[in-house]
Amino acid sequence: MPRVSFEHITKNYGLMKVLDDLNLSIDDGDFLVLLGPSGCGKTTLLNLLAGLLDVTDGRIMIGERDVTDLDPKDRGLAMVFQSYALYPTKTVHGNLKFGLSASKLPREEIEKRIAWAAKLLQIEPLLNRKPGQLSGGQRQRVAIGRALVKNVGVFLFDEPLSNLDAKLRTEMRLEIKKLHDQLKSTIVYVTHDQIEAMTMATKIAVMNGGVIQQFGTPDEIYERPANLFVAGFIGSPAMNLRPAKLALAAGKTEAVFASGVRLDVSDYPFLAPPQDGAEIIAGLRPEHFTLAADSATAATFTVPVQYAERTGPDASAYFTFEDDVLALRVDPDAAARLTPGQSVSVSYLKGKANLFDARTGQRM
Amino acid sequence: MTDLTASQKALGAEIAVHSAPYFPRRKKVITGRSIAVLVFLAICALFFCIPLYVVIVTSFKTMDQIREGAMFALPNIWTLEAWDHAWNSACSGTRCEGLKVGFWNSVAILIPSLILSIGLSIVTGYALALWNVKWAGTFLFILFICAFVPFQIIMFPLISMTATLKVYGSIWGVALIHAVLAMPVLTLIFRNYYKDIPQEIMSAAIMDSGSFWKIFFEIILPMSGNILIVVLILQITSVWNDYLIGVTFGGMGAQPMTVNLANLITISTGTVRYNDNMAAALLTAIPPLVIYFIVGKLFVQGITAGAIKG
Ligand SMILES: Nc1ncnc2c1ncn2[C@@H]1O[C@H](COP(=O)(O)OP(=O)(O)O)[C@@H](O)[C@H]1O
Ligand SMILES: [Mg+2]
Repeated sequence: MPRVSFEHITKNYGLMKVLDDLNLSIDDGDFLVLLGPSGCGKTTLLNLLAGLLDVTDGRIMIGERDVTDLDPKDRGLAMVFQSYALYPTKTVHGNLKFGLSASKLPREEIEKRIAWAAKLLQIEPLLNRKPGQLSGGQRQRVAIGRALVKNVGVFLFDEPLSNLDAKLRTEMRLEIKKLHDQLKSTIVYVTHDQIEAMTMATKIAVMNGGVIQQFGTPDEIYERPANLFVAGFIGSPAMNLRPAKLALAAGKTEAVFASGVRLDVSDYPFLAPPQDGAEIIAGLRPEHFTLAADSATAATFTVPVQYAERTGPDASAYFTFEDDVLALRVDPDAAARLTPGQSVSVSYLKGKANLFDARTGQRM
Repeated sequence: MTDLTASQKALGAEIAVHSAPYFPRRKKVITGRSIAVLVFLAICALFFCIPLYVVIVTSFKTMDQIREGAMFALPNIWTLEAWDHAWNSACSGTRCEGLKVGFWNSVAILIPSLILSIGLSIVTGYALALWNVKWAGTFLFILFICAFVPFQIIMFPLISMTATLKVYGSIWGVALIHAVLAMPVLTLIFRNYYKDIPQEIMSAAIMDSGSFWKIFFEIILPMSGNILIVVLILQITSVWNDYLIGVTFGGMGAQPMTVNLANLITISTGTVRYNDNMAAALLTAIPPLVIYFIVGKLFVQGITAGAIKG
């Protein structure tokens, strides 16, 4: 299974620059998720890899091959589209078969592959139906089947689950993940849904405005976001981002908020030695707060409750802090006891803070 | 809402008691305006129907009865003599072979011109809509302009061109001119239709096969049923009913049915055989009608499926 790399990719649509000097490489067997808000250039990047668009500048390598100027069908890729893009006049069997029309395979081999994919995806009973007679989930399976029969090393998915309802989405998510484990293929998967990214990916590339903001494993991205965009984009409720000033004293480093609350960041692994009085943004994850005032806390906030909401086993509570909302993840029983207006002491766990340079937005 | 009369109310109550609920209907009021509209529509209908009636009855009459002059009378003896004569032996100029010559000429013109014009324009429209064609925008603009150039302007250059190609005065010449003149509009129609095919289907096909022709024949053509019917009817009607191109490019040997008909009825010697003429006119008008009846249903489906768009 090949490695895929983008080298100095630039893409313009007319005068508009969508991607500028983008570099990214995907290891053999990786499940890479391109994650970013709508319009950030994910589909463009995927289509460049597929050969459906031409790069303005740069090079795309698959394995040792430079595929930049190769026809889509010669790149050894298969793609699953957001709208499924099934051929409406062909049966499911015909759709799968057309997926192989560029490869000059003998008849038996074609039928063997179709049977294999149909079995794997459990679409055998549907083979003689037209796409119009299938449900959304079934169409999705057929679309994946049409990619599978090609037996290639790299699969591309462009928001394949966004047209499905929530339950099916969870099911298909698992199934795609299982396929990846089974086939050991390289997958490039585009989505704007962070749950999909966090659950499926072995690597995530977070994109914004045509620039890759961070590239890493889901855990790295979640625990050590490289900049303010990633910090704010990943996580739900989103990370609380608050301006503060650094205060350096002997053996103690603190982030001081405007209201005077002091956050102990002595154990923070600064990338560069911190400056006293530096303007920073402190990022506090909602789940790293605790309502119980035990010893290992970095700061304690006494803040009024705005409201609390429960979603089944989870609950979030929102407090007012410095004229803004502070989101916390709390346990559902505690949430039930919070009444709006009531002032509560909440503590932030030690060693969990994220600090960003207020000027550059980069992680410190 | 006008008031219900007492009897209506009583009736309504009775129905309500015995069966379903009674919904009073708005009483239809005949106003001066609606009478005027009705009269106007009736006149319009008569305007079209009376001549048609005369044409039909006359074609079944004998010349003896026609000479009596009662135009609106039904035939005394219904006879197909005039139809037979018009089809087999009516004279145009010195040839007395009837309309069948023109009919077969028209058929011979129609088929190659249909194949040529639809075949070329469907592929051009497909390429322009779904493939990256250099200068596609410019090309479309030129096509658009061409679609509005009146035929009369380019008639003489076309005559000399067909003469150079040695097809002037032949079936092929007429068919070729029909095909060429239809190309701009048909290409635009196909291009607009294909523009609505989702981009992702095309992307999938390009990744799956990448072959221009394979994608066309296996994916795109099967999706074109509606628009093909529409174009087919448009084209059959316009080729069959054409007179100007036929008379200009047909010369002596390749006159289509319309030209043949005109020659039959503009006879200058002897008495005018009205019954033959009427039968000949009907014979010429029937083929497109048959096409309408056969595919008319499909045509309507094609239009309602959004086949023809601006
Ligand atoms: N064919 C195109 N022509 C011009 N601009 C385009 C085209 N396709 C996409 N764009 C623009 O490029 C940007 C990135 O688009 P896209 O890659 O589709 O984003 P994403 O898939 O991340 O939502 C968007 O701002 C979009 O408007
Ligand atoms: Mg997209």
